[in-house]
Amino acid sequence: MYRLGVDVGGTNTDAALLDERLQVIHTVKVPTTKDVESGIFEAIAKVVQESRIEPSDIGYAMLGTTHCTNAIVERKRLNKVGVIRIGKPATTAIPPFTDWPQDLREEIEGASTIVSGGYEFDGRLISEINREEVLKFCKEIKGSVESIAISGVFAPVNKEQEENVAIWVKEELGNIPISLSNEIGSIGLLERENATILNAALMTTGQTVINGFSKALSNLDIKAEIFFSQNDGTLMNAAYALRYPILTMGCGPTNSIRGSAHLSGLKDAIVLDVGGTTSDLGVLTRGFPRQSSLAVTIGGVNTNFRMPDILSIGLGGGTRIFGLDENFTIGPESVGYEITRKALLFGGDVLTTSDVVTRLGHAFEDKVMQVDQLSIELCNNVYKKMTDMLEDAIDQMKTSSKEVPLILSGGGSIIVSNCLKGVSEVVRPKHFEAANAIGAALGQISGEVEKVYSLEGISREDAIHHAKKLATEEAIKAGANNATISVVSVEDIPLSYLPGNALLIKVKVVGDLVGSGVEII
Amino acid sequence: MRYIDEQTVEKIALGAAVLGTGGGGDPYIGKLMAIEAIRKYGPVKLISLDELEDDQLVVTVSGMGAPTVAIEKIPSEHEMTAPLEMLERVLGRKVDVVMPIEVGGINSLFPIIAAAKKGLPMLDADAMGRAFPEAQMVTFYLDGFDPSPVTMADEKGNTVVLYPQDGVWTERLARALTIEMGGSSSVCEYSLFGKDVKTSVIPDTLSLVERIGEYLLDNQVKEQIGINKMLKELNGYFLFEGKISDIERRLSGGFTRGSAKLEGSRNDQGKTFSIYFQNEHLVAKEGEHLLCSTPDLIAVLDAETGFPITTERMKYGTRVVVVAFPCHDKWRSPKGIETAGPRYFGYDFDYQPVEVLQKERR
Repeated sequence: MYRLGVDVGGTNTDAALLDERLQVIHTVKVPTTKDVESGIFEAIAKVVQESRIEPSDIGYAMLGTTHCTNAIVERKRLNKVGVIRIGKPATTAIPPFTDWPQDLREEIEGASTIVSGGYEFDGRLISEINREEVLKFCKEIKGSVESIAISGVFAPVNKEQEENVAIWVKEELGNIPISLSNEIGSIGLLERENATILNAALMTTGQTVINGFSKALSNLDIKAEIFFSQNDGTLMNAAYALRYPILTMGCGPTNSIRGSAHLSGLKDAIVLDVGGTTSDLGVLTRGFPRQSSLAVTIGGVNTNFRMPDILSIGLGGGTRIFGLDENFTIGPESVGYEITRKALLFGGDVLTTSDVVTRLGHAFEDKVMQVDQLSIELCNNVYKKMTDMLEDAIDQMKTSSKEVPLILSGGGSIIVSNCLKGVSEVVRPKHFEAANAIGAALGQISGEVEKVYSLEGISREDAIHHAKKLATEEAIKAGANNATISVVSVEDIPLSYLPGNALLIKVKVVGDLVGSGVEII
Repeated sequence: MRYIDEQTVEKIALGAAVLGTGGGGDPYIGKLMAIEAIRKYGPVKLISLDELEDDQLVVTVSGMGAPTVAIEKIPSEHEMTAPLEMLERVLGRKVDVVMPIEVGGINSLFPIIAAAKKGLPMLDADAMGRAFPEAQMVTFYLDGFDPSPVTMADEKGNTVVLYPQDGVWTERLARALTIEMGGSSSVCEYSLFGKDVKTSVIPDTLSLVERIGEYLLDNQVKEQIGINKMLKELNGYFLFEGKISDIERRLSGGFTRGSAKLEGSRNDQGKTFSIYFQNEHLVAKEGEHLLCSTPDLIAVLDAETGFPITTERMKYGTRVVVVAFPCHDKWRSPKGIETAGPRYFGYDFDYQPVEVLQKERR
């Protein structure tokens, strides 16, 4: 059984085929099309044709896509959402949609309300939920909204009220799509609610993506099980993606890091992707990208969404050098994609980082004549400064002071020295140009739980054990093979100011896809 | 007299995070609540100390509890005014002016909400000049004022009236009730007349945090112009620039205690530093050498943006600029040092003013 990975980026749609041992068979690149679907079809058709495999031998097909991000950023194809917050009398000081950009709010808000209910941090009730109150709101909004978002205070501690309210909503509004906040985010009501509302607004877009991908595959006689990439490097099945389209957002950088990791064979490293204008650094920890701890803004809305921690610096293969004496400066301006016309080594008249490394004999050996007028001393100084910038960025991303391997990718990676401070080895893997699609094909299934425990009646160890059990159940629900599940992170945070023993425990587990017996990096 | 509008709130929130010295709660929720209240009820009148009449009744409005609870169980609108209304009932008269208990963190913004809703003016002053973790760490306590009656409310409609012996008892009783109320509450205490308030509070502190916020919003990152303006304003010191190389946090006695180790960068290359905290930053050292300690203020700023970083957000690799400011003279009195000096927090050394320590350093 082969795995097919597809990545839809802003410029290109890539496809990669991997065999059962997860070796790369073939990769292709086609331009991303405006309707997206036809680009996906093209890429899949091309990779199947060129690799000459039987379509029926493809067992799994994974898609990483920017559809949902685009829908929110462009404010297009979004559903009208009815928002029910459970928490009255708490939370009334900041109603739903506060701090949203006005245009996005107008696009999405159908109606919103705050109803009775909610929990305390330790699971006690703030107040009971009230059926009549929920039904009354549903009657008012009938016909004017396309989906419902429900967010309850401390729902990550107890999801029961959100689920009961969802049942009442169905009584009145029938089979309307409902998004529950406890399944989308963690502690932090506003950010979690915002993500839940965005998810509810993406119902139609999500359906379009899933149908489009299924159709492209069936038109090519591929009967694979389909999956969608999440932003944390794991997969979800079509049924799950239909309910949580927002989780497909931001998977590009993650797939790139995961793909590079697989190609290099490393599990713990820093990944450096050097383009024409910037260098993007990510951290690979036990095979997964490190997540950023900061709140992520999507289309101007604060969410507590998980995103890889990426550091970008203004240094790439096309970055300009100003001044030919000791007072030179580097960037951040770049000639970008015009490098093949504007850089000195290609006969242009702009001094770039690529010219400097060429003069020093690190790249483009056949072009060295184009840059021999440059002073070696100056080039050495510039090169040292460039290396300093990279070393500084690498140091910022490290989690300890010990040396780590560096995986390099991207067209601009010729500007990177093989000998960097704080780096144990520099790895330049093959196929890096399709790292995103390869990363998509490699996805694993995850389960995550974040829950506040009061350690009055339960020990810390038992609480962590309980959280692991819940996370495992989540992963199995999302399509993971029980036998392969392992815990990737356990984090516990004491809740400050509270002398009780309240502890926030976060657990994440991953497992292989059901039916695949191969160990995956 | 002037008005607090939405833009003012943005600046106050940022500046208050600096004087929050790492604690005091993330002002984001407070900021949204204050902006929402101003949109609904209009801008809030801010009066200076010399505009306060001797016979006007002033009371502090604040929130108590865990910041982690506040970001999930957002307060109700009524909760912000409930203790004030109960206080008026107990006293049998109207309150004339509200004021913040502390100017650091989220509590700098809570009285704005009550003021907007009640149409009351707010006093441009506070009782700490910074943020501190415990209720007795206020100038009113140092000056021997009685906090009673203390009124408290939660979002569920519970209100409580306390007559504690002093500020230390407020801390004990109110903290226990806050936990029962679900980890957060709103509190009114120290109802005092203008003539007494004038003798005890630290004046003009809201205007001060607003100016700090303005400097940081305009900060020219490379030249650190905003940071330098702020240091000049606060008679502050640039302690060092560095990268967090280790961070350790633990829960004890209902507080987050811990320490951070830092490696110097730029002009401080090759040196090592440490910072100790209990919700707020309390002690900064270079090697074993003391640089600054509580009750003087220590603020950790992001080296790139100049924006303050709270203790819960400090992590390995963050590039920071660490600055210090002298506290108000009231904290340097024997009772001030006894209440909030290094020994109160369990450190085995005597308080020395930051300017003395800095002189020695040079």
